[in-house]
Amino acid sequence: MNVLLKFYHRLGSPREFYKISSALIPWLGWTSLILILLASYLGLVVAPSDYQQGDSYRIIYVHVPSAWLSMFIYVVLAVSAAIGLIWRMKMAYVIMICSAAPGAWFTMVALITGSLWGKPMWGTWWEWDARLTSELLLMFLYIGIIALYNSFDERRVAEKSTAILAIVGVINVPIIHYSVEWWNTLHQGSTVMRADGPAMDVRMLWPLLIMAFGFNLYYGLTLMQRARNQVLVQEARSSWVQSLVTEREQQ
Amino acid sequence: MNFADFFAMGGYAWYVWPSWLLTAFILLWNVIAPQRKHRQLLQQLRTQTKREHLKRARQSNRSQSP
Repeated sequence: MNVLLKFYHRLGSPREFYKISSALIPWLGWTSLILILLASYLGLVVAPSDYQQGDSYRIIYVHVPSAWLSMFIYVVLAVSAAIGLIWRMKMAYVIMICSAAPGAWFTMVALITGSLWGKPMWGTWWEWDARLTSELLLMFLYIGIIALYNSFDERRVAEKSTAILAIVGVINVPIIHYSVEWWNTLHQGSTVMRADGPAMDVRMLWPLLIMAFGFNLYYGLTLMQRARNQVLVQEARSSWVQSLVTEREQQ
Repeated sequence: MNFADFFAMGGYAWYVWPSWLLTAFILLWNVIAPQRKHRQLLQQLRTQTKREHLKRARQSNRSQSP
């Protein structure tokens, strides 16, 4: 417990966070790269064609992990916002604002790859149905969060206002998830996250799970990269940053 | 399976490959951009710190020799 508490305090300090994130970045980078490449090989070459959708279903390996991640990142963002508001933890707001851009990118990937999958399977690029519309709303939420944060000069005001928007917006996440059950949608229902277990051939399922795990580590990577940049900007005047940059020069 | 079949993707090449390529491109970009920004930030902070050190040194020189 003591070790955990210590680790929590270390993460809460920007200086320690900078050190820890810098050490983590290469590990996250290589493991996510290996997992994504492995899943790509398994998904594109090893997995068999679908009996209904032929090879078009292989879009699933980029579409579904992106869509999952777009929701997961939003939950991380909203939880960090709440931690920031309740415990006034400095680093929580950094995690919050640095998650917004990756979240927006993954939402965009999910929307565009979904569109590219929809055209051959449904015969349309876009349909205003519940799943697609709520995912589009998620995109606007991410963009709104970034815009709101950047519209204030005072950082503390920006952090608080953005945190409130982020927490209110979390209502959209269960709406996206259950949209295929609550409404009649063109989008198919869940194949993997089902009460009775995944309805999918294992040779198709494994690459998907590996890809999803790789994408999650990748999010960790880009988050750490962005967060340490944010820490540098916020702490530019502190003595540890100044000695960090001058130390580097002497090496 | 030969390469031509692989790239044809059972006739869905124009949907499968753009999806994968777009994803790969966006993933790469989201690693390269913050890495580049990190380098720029360190550079920028270094010049800033140097300038302040110089300024402080000059000020203390002036106060020592009235």
